[in-house]
Parts: sequence; C-alpha cells; structure tokens
Amino acid sequence: MSNPQAPAQPPHPVLSLDPRRQSTVIASGAWQVQALARPRAIRQVRDTLRRLPQAATLQWDLSGITALDHIGAQMLWNAWGRQRPPHLALAPGQEEFFRRLEQAGALSLPKADSHPWFSIVSLLRMARLLGGHLLGLIGLLGQLALDLGRFARRPLRGPWKEISANVYRIGYQALGITALVGFLIGVVLSYLSAQQLHTFGGDIYLVNILGMSIIRELGPLLAAILIAGRSGSALTAQLGVMRVTEELDAMLVMGLPHGFRLIMPKVLALAVVMPLLVVWTDAMALVGGMVAAKAQLGQSPGYFLRALPDAVPIANYWIGLGKGAVFGSLIALIACHFGLRIQPNTESLGQGTTASVVTAITVVILADAVFAIVFNGVGYY
Amino acid sequence: MKDMQPVIRIDGLTTRFGDFVVHDNLSMEVRAGEIVSLVGGSGSGKTTLLRQVLGLEKPSAGTVRVFGMDINRVDAATLRHLRHRWGMLFQHGALFSALTAFDNVAQPMRELRTLPEDLIRDAALLKLRMVDIAPAHAMRMPADLSGGMVKRVALARALALEPELLFLDEPTAGLDPALSESFVDLIAMLHREMNLTVVMVTHDLDTLLALSSRIAVLADKRLVACGTAEEVVRVKHPFIEEYFLGQRGRRALQGMRELRDRNKGKGVHDGK
Repeated sequence: MSNPQAPAQPPHPVLSLDPRRQSTVIASGAWQVQALARPRAIRQVRDTLRRLPQAATLQWDLSGITALDHIGAQMLWNAWGRQRPPHLALAPGQEEFFRRLEQAGALSLPKADSHPWFSIVSLLRMARLLGGHLLGLIGLLGQLALDLGRFARRPLRGPWKEISANVYRIGYQALGITALVGFLIGVVLSYLSAQQLHTFGGDIYLVNILGMSIIRELGPLLAAILIAGRSGSALTAQLGVMRVTEELDAMLVMGLPHGFRLIMPKVLALAVVMPLLVVWTDAMALVGGMVAAKAQLGQSPGYFLRALPDAVPIANYWIGLGKGAVFGSLIALIACHFGLRIQPNTESLGQGTTASVVTAITVVILADAVFAIVFNGVGYY
Repeated sequence: MKDMQPVIRIDGLTTRFGDFVVHDNLSMEVRAGEIVSLVGGSGSGKTTLLRQVLGLEKPSAGTVRVFGMDINRVDAATLRHLRHRWGMLFQHGALFSALTAFDNVAQPMRELRTLPEDLIRDAALLKLRMVDIAPAHAMRMPADLSGGMVKRVALARALALEPELLFLDEPTAGLDPALSESFVDLIAMLHREMNLTVVMVTHDLDTLLALSSRIAVLADKRLVACGTAEEVVRVKHPFIEEYFLGQRGRRALQGMRELRDRNKGKGVHDGK
C-alpha cells in the first residue's frame, strides 16, 4: 500500500450488454452504496437500463460484481421490476441479498392522512388546540389561586428559596440589558420630540412628553418585552427540559406539586421583580432623555428633574408599577403554560419556546391596551 | 480480500480531564470481522474511548487509526468518507426526534445527494424490516416508539450506509431480557450477513458472552486483559474476579458453558 492516508476507491458500478450475445446483461464493478453515490454513477446505470431491449428473455450475469450490498442489490431488484429474472447468474454469497429482497416482498409506506387547512378535520383540530390552550391557562390560574391561598395560610413553609433564586435570575441579571435599552430609547425619543417641539417653540414641553410617555407607557412595555424575550423563553425551555428528563414526573412522585414549587415561585418572582425593573427602566430612559435634551436643546438636568413632578401626575407612577406587576405575572403564567405542554422531543421544545415568547409579547401588548382603556381618564391634568 | 491490517489500532492513548487521568498509555487492536467488547467499571473510560475512536473527542496523547487512517490527522474529505464506512448505535438511540422513524433511516442515504428517492425508500424500508420494524410503524415519531423499537430503528439508521464497522454503546441497556436476547440475535445475524466488524461497550454479561469474539477489560487506566472469555477469566485482577467470578458472572459463565456443551453434543466442534 503506497499511501495509507488515501482510502482505496471501489471500482465504478457498470452495467453493459455482452458484445457477443446481445441478450446477456453483465453487471460488474462495486455495487455498493459508496460507489453508487459517486457522481454520475446512478445516471450511467439508468441510461444503460433504458437502452436495454425489452425482452423477458434477458439474461443477467452478476458474477462479475466485486462487492455487493443491500442498496446495490435493491437497485438491480427494482430494475427487474421487483422480481427475480428467469435467467440469473450469481456469484457465491450474492444469493443471500436477493433472497432477503424476495422475502421482504413489496414494502410500502402507509399513506399519511393529510387534510387542507380549511377542511372540517383541520378546523376541528385547530379548535381543539385552541380550546386546550384556554382550558390549560384557566386550570393554571385556578391552581395558582389555590397555591397562593396555601402560601398565605402558611407563609413560612412557602418556597422562599425558589422565589429568591428567580428574583435574582430574572431581575438582577437583567439590570444591564434593561438599562442599556432604556437609556437608548430615552435618547432616541428625546431627539425625536425635541426636533418637533423646537419648530414651534415648545421646548419646555419636552419634559412632559418624555415623562408621560416613558413612565406611563414605554417603561413598563419595554421592560416587559425584554423580560418576555429573556426570561419567558428561559422559563419555558427549563420546564420543557425538565419534562424531557422526567424531572417533572420525579417531582410529582416525590409529592412536590408543580404548581406550588415551580409555577407559583416564578409568577410571584416576576410579579415582584417586574415593577422594580419598570422603575429602573424608567429611570434609565429618563436619564437618556436628559442627556439628549442637554445636547439638543441645552436644557439642564436640574431643570428637567425639577419640572418632572409637575409634568407627570403621581397616578402615572402607580399605573406604571401596576402594569409591571400584571405584565410580569402574565409572562410567567404563559411561560409556564407552554413549558408544561412541551412533549419530550426537540421539535416540541423549539416550538413551545417560540410560541411562549410570541404569545407573551402579544398578551403584554393586549394587556397594555386594556390598561389604556380602563385608566382612560386617570393621571392627566 | 481484506488486507490484514487491523480495522482499529490504538497506540499509546492517554486521556486527561484536568488532573484526572482516564487512560494512561493504552493500546489495542481490532481486526476485521471481530466482535470486540469493552468492559470496565463505571468511570473507567469505556465510552470516552469509544468517542475517541469515533473522533468525537481528542485524546491528550497517542494515536487512533481506523482503517489505517489517523483519525485526528486526516483531512476533512477523508474523514467524511471514513464516517460513511462506520455506523454508531448510541446508548439511547439518539434518533432525530423531529423526523419519523423512516426518515431517520433514510437521512444518511439522502445526505449522499445522489441516490434516487425511490431507491432510498426501498432501501430504508428493507433496513427497517431487517431490524423487525413493520412499515406500519415506520411513520411514527421517535417519541411514540417504545424503548426497544427506538434501539432497533437506531440500529437500522447505523446500518443505513452499509458500514464495515459498527459501534454499539450499551446495545441492550434498558431492554427486557427477551428483547435483549432478540437484539443480541439480531446483531449476531447482521454481523454474519453484512461482514461487520463490531466494537461494543456493554455492562450486560449475557450480551458480552453471547456476542464477543474478544473481550477487552479496561481497569487501572489501561487494558488489563484482552482475549476470549476463557482467556480473560484466567487473568488475575481484582476487577475481573469481581466482574466475571462474582455471583452474576459465574451464572452467566455457567450458562455459556452449558450452551457450548450442548452444541458440542450436536456435533459442533471447536479446535480443542
């Protein structure tokens, strides 16, 4: 062997007519998957097959084949119309492949039943899925209420460790990203408004615009969207993997209920942590706005801070905090709902996590709209 | 004919995880047509050794040659070609959970990009039939299959490209005795029919004694014994004594001897 690093190439599979007797087909070379997979090998064989005379009396001589495997044998078998040709010459050891093919008979895949999306079956399936989600969410809410009751009766035996771990992971570790995004949005908003206000000399109203929009709307919404993307996905994936590794079942068997030990701590942690994150995001966004106002309009931060309490009624702060708590609970509930529905396979894990984040963000915006309608007349002068 | 160079040759292999030495200057060979079993206590590095032979992990020192090629030094194209020549059955099957059983088996063939779809379909169904999976079950997702079926589908997938070398990681772990036995028969049958060389990691004494032509015992960071069951049992080493000559080991060995005596009675003679 000259070069041990280079693998020996098996010879090409070749099909040819015997030049002396036109009724004999000779197969030679390696009829193995690796040889057949080489470029053009299959096409050449098929071309030869097409040119063969359509005679049932064709003789097949396979004794020249140097190596045969099941895929090569299958290829010949299919060319014969899935039956043994009457005149077949085999080398020793090849018989076994064709015997196996003969025994296997015609194998065919069962037809998958597919319906178009508008058919009754598909619509019913969709309705059932939607109903399942609704029921699941309602069940989760009910369980949460019971768990909260149990927690309130015996607060000392509650899952304090889990709550604090979640507060740390979801809250503390998100401080950086919420600060960065809040600050940048503050800068952008400030630049945008300052330019518009400047054209008609309303520079002093910048504080009002920034204060109201950030504290009442943008702060809670920004924090919620960031947390839904960051922690909602993580919570769903965590529960999903716990399903895959049977940890969820292990908990049930040991008498640790999912609701009390997994879901309630997450919901409570998010309900506590989100208002705090809202305050933090608000502050960062206002700092960003202040910096931009100083640069664009020359308004001093001191003026900005003095004007802020007059521009934004205190009710708006409470609305912002309330939004934070509601958004947080919603994100946690939706994350847990989708996490618990994950099936033990990778596909479902990906789908569940995506669905969780998309639903959480949609529901947060929906809830925001509800807030806007309900608190329609509150917090304005 | 096959040349006589070993299919796998491991030379001076050393593995370290930080300060923890798993293998120290370990050498072994696997010849064509053999069924070699790796045994050893938990944490003795059997699976690590298997992963190093497969090129999934790099040893700290030493060489691993498969089909005469150093698997840590070959170029990407050769490695790809090499990987078509072996199949691996993972302990838990490692089926792609997003694909049906049928698609799992068809995937390696589709990946060649040259085989026509109808040939792939027939070949994949034949492979599934070889491992006793009916076409009716072929369209199920792995999550809907039982543990034994997952293993058999995974074996069909490992055999999809007609490998010359088959790796098995705990082939019978998690199967009930009847299923294990049929799985062992299946591997023995495939080994015979497809001229396979098999390297297997197993804890199961019955599987070990039923299948292996040679047994390699990993202990004290090296191979303490390597040979047929009779040769290995004669080696004086605490692990071997505990493993083969404990209660369970004696029972399995006894069973093997009875089986062989019965075969002798039927006229099947070995050399002695």
